[in-house]
Amino acid sequence: MSEVKYSKEHEWIKLEGDVATIGITKHATEMLGDIVFAELPEKGSNVEKDGTAGVVESTKAASDVYTPVSGEVVDTNQAIVDDPSKINQDPENSAWFFKLKIKDQSEMDTLMNKEDYDKFAKETSA
Amino acid sequence: METKKTSLYQLHQDCNAKFVEFAGYQMPIQYSEGIVEEHKFTRNHSGIFDVSHMGQLFIYGGEDLITDLEKIFPLDLKNLKLNHSKYSFLMDKDAGIHDDLIITKINEGFIIILNAACKDNDFKILKELLSEKHKMVLDENKSLIAIQGPKSSQILNGIVEGVNDLNFMSGNWFSFKNQKVYITRSGYTGEDGFEISIPNDFADILTRELINKGSKLIGLGARDTLRLEAGLCLYGHDLDKDKTPVEANLKWAISKERISKGDFIGSDIIIKQLNDGVRKIRVGIKPEGRIIAREKTKIFNQSDVHIGEITSGTFGPSVNGPVAMGYVENEFSKKDTKVFLEVRGKKHPANICGLPFYKKSYVKGANK
Repeated sequence: MSEVKYSKEHEWIKLEGDVATIGITKHATEMLGDIVFAELPEKGSNVEKDGTAGVVESTKAASDVYTPVSGEVVDTNQAIVDDPSKINQDPENSAWFFKLKIKDQSEMDTLMNKEDYDKFAKETSA
Repeated sequence: METKKTSLYQLHQDCNAKFVEFAGYQMPIQYSEGIVEEHKFTRNHSGIFDVSHMGQLFIYGGEDLITDLEKIFPLDLKNLKLNHSKYSFLMDKDAGIHDDLIITKINEGFIIILNAACKDNDFKILKELLSEKHKMVLDENKSLIAIQGPKSSQILNGIVEGVNDLNFMSGNWFSFKNQKVYITRSGYTGEDGFEISIPNDFADILTRELINKGSKLIGLGARDTLRLEAGLCLYGHDLDKDKTPVEANLKWAISKERISKGDFIGSDIIIKQLNDGVRKIRVGIKPEGRIIAREKTKIFNQSDVHIGEITSGTFGPSVNGPVAMGYVENEFSKKDTKVFLEVRGKKHPANICGLPFYKKSYVKGANK
């Protein structure tokens, strides 16, 4: 059982062994509105902590998706590219974005737990 | 300057609207169901739009007002029938567009519906052009409520009997709770519908009655996706002072009768462009994949030469894919021409296409 952590850019990350699954939070989807487009990083590519690792677009605007930790992209969720509305429906579970083989486990320590994130989300959207 | 609120502000709040500032007004961008659902509800059922931020300009006068307005608008106003409407533009001497508008002939003169962001400037320009000769009122005491979509006629007719008999682009006075309201069969979504000019104090109660009959409030977000699918221009994006009606591919809105005589502001340029053609022209653009090309996206031809720019682009919920409009060099404006759109540094294939993206269903004959 591993704890889910959260970033200030509204991504969630769940670590199992050295593979992290990353998506965007429910709060992020509520701010974005209906998501109609998703672009994911390429499998096999390397992404750096806080770097761009994808894009989501609502009817209103485009937003970058960042990766909260560094690593190699080992899997991506084609289902959300084919039907981006899945991201609004189930953002913190089946609508994950990509999986990383992480480089540096200590990067996880810089992220927030659920309680802190909920507080952060509430404060920043007020 | 403090942002203004429309008479429906409380109702928007009651319906959980998310607000944005638009042209100095607090306006609802969407409600709880979101833009995609609101868009589809309008196409399949009936949506209500608070467009009270738009200008309702009344100009009073008779024959000489018609003569004076024909020097300004490229319309055959002498032959515009009572209670009939036309789409037109306020232009500068170079035929650059100050605003696009709907003008309706009424007994006392004309009603002109202006864009919210342009209305004060339009008023100033028209006041100067008409040199105080005709009484002009930019009416702040009236709200403007649009109801759009296939069920709208039935819903509105249940509250204001007789609106069913209106034809598209015509209007009349009706009564609602002993108030005179002016209703036109028109709108900007590509659907059958109406626009209701109503005293501010009665806008809320009318809208609540429409909601009770099954219509729903729709925000500016869906209004934008609806109008773009319908191929309709948004001022400040698809139209501005650097574009002429001919370049905007709106020559259908210029009276042929008036072109033959000229003699309206911008007519020299319009006539020249109609004869010689234009360098750039507005077209529909359909990206091949799911990529959304937004305003200011650069357009390239197959030889990688920059040939134009997107002026409006979004995801079209009824088309179920991305849609866009933009200006390209004339030689690349033919339907099915392959172009490339530069989005986030990559070039994505797209095709020039006809407009609208979504077929209109306006009512031509009255349903009696």
